[in-house]
Amino acid sequence: MGQVITIGLNGLTVAALYFLVASGLTLIFGMMRVVNLAHGAFYLLGGYVAFSVMDSTDSWGLGLAVALLTVGLLGVLMHQVLLRAIEQEDMRVALVTIGVSLVLADQMLVQYGGVAYSIAPPEALRGGVDIGVADIVYPRYRIFVLVLAVAVGLALWLFMSRTRFGMIIRAGVDDRDMVAATGINVRAVFAVVFFVGSALAGLAGAVGGGAFSLAPGTDVEYLLYSLIVVIVGGMGSVAGAAIGALLVGLVSQFALGYLPAMASVMTFALMIVVLAVRPQGLMGRPA
Amino acid sequence: MSDDHRLTVRDLDVYYDQVHILQGVSFDVGAEPVAMVGRNGMGKTTLAKALVGLHPAGAGSVTFDGRELLGARPYKVVGAGIGYVPQGRRIWPALSTHEHLRMVGAKPGSRWTVDAVYDLFPRLAERRRVGASKLSGGEQQMLAIGRALLTNPRMLVMDEPSEGLAPSVVEQLVGTLRTLVDEGQRVFLIEQNLGFATEVGERVLVMVNGRIAADMGADELLADEEKQNLYLGVS
Repeated sequence: MGQVITIGLNGLTVAALYFLVASGLTLIFGMMRVVNLAHGAFYLLGGYVAFSVMDSTDSWGLGLAVALLTVGLLGVLMHQVLLRAIEQEDMRVALVTIGVSLVLADQMLVQYGGVAYSIAPPEALRGGVDIGVADIVYPRYRIFVLVLAVAVGLALWLFMSRTRFGMIIRAGVDDRDMVAATGINVRAVFAVVFFVGSALAGLAGAVGGGAFSLAPGTDVEYLLYSLIVVIVGGMGSVAGAAIGALLVGLVSQFALGYLPAMASVMTFALMIVVLAVRPQGLMGRPA
Repeated sequence: MSDDHRLTVRDLDVYYDQVHILQGVSFDVGAEPVAMVGRNGMGKTTLAKALVGLHPAGAGSVTFDGRELLGARPYKVVGAGIGYVPQGRRIWPALSTHEHLRMVGAKPGSRWTVDAVYDLFPRLAERRRVGASKLSGGEQQMLAIGRALLTNPRMLVMDEPSEGLAPSVVEQLVGTLRTLVDEGQRVFLIEQNLGFATEVGERVLVMVNGRIAADMGADELLADEEKQNLYLGVS
């Protein structure tokens, strides 16, 4: 019983991180109609930036903020400088973002080397919490990650459903040209979407670096899992990213606990089953 | 008398891939409403898209209020005073009726506010909370027009608004457009339905194979069955 609950909590923690990364990916995909394949590198960069800032200033909160802003601005820069001229050509955009991810991965390897880093959580978030069931003491930091993801999810939901800007993004997912034809500067909207989407990856890296390690390869791992999350949940849907992250997080952790040899197969099996039943993803609309 | 807000199209060439769709199209739309008719596939929708910047134009000129708009991005064209009601209505299924109007919002100093659109189309006010994909064809058309009006257009470019609508709904639409025209709204209407086109337009342009084949008064075309058959009949 205790083991089931612990694995469940692990699944939720992983799901929380996957949600933070994948919600950014799905936001950008919704507007651009193309996947930003540098998104995993943005995650890792966010982690490293947070680590460096915390290392030199001893401020955990500042590290989080700098990681979020740096990666957000990098996303805007990538869009404005590299993607703007080719934004109508999906394949080129995908290739350029792969290029960016390769360059970033190499530069991070030069700066941080091949060892694994981990970010020390602030004093208040260290230690364990007795959750009151089956004598389980669960790391306080992981519970914080969970709460943060829920808070970000709620904020995103309010942003998308209540604000004019959220309406523009949702309309853009349906028919971007028609958004432009009502007098809205879609390029400016892209800049904001790239900032928010990339900043979410940076924040996830900074937060994830406290629960798991940061090392070369982490970028590819998070890109892969957030792609699965977005495909399972439905491209372009924030609610879909939440549901997809929950499913992928829980399936991967339970598989790791009970069928360790099959763990990575199970995650892909989940994706295949969803695609067989609903090709557009659980919350996606048919193309 | 000054005639601002005039749409002037000169020698417009538009290609779709390698195909020369519009070939040297020239016309003017001023205060009197103009309709363009023509059979399917003659390039009417491509013309509408090229006018608002959604389809790249090859050569020629499109000016409004004396400003060159050819090659400008759609939001600039709309900002210059061209409102666009697209073929197939193209409402956003993810948004409710009210969200459509709120999203576009009212422009400062414009006659058109969200409430003014609801006054024009009381039916939309009743359906404000409804997802736009659940609206009837006629309601979606009202929404597409309301959305375009909110951009405060000096010239409304409408592409096949009567498509797929019941005759009674088309009749209402004629009434609405006439009201708008009487208020001074300028309209360039692209239509397949000759009855609709001639009830709204005073002048009619006939598009045949990417060229303007005729430019005449609506009454003149209505009275001339031979020309109707020549330009529009199924041959």
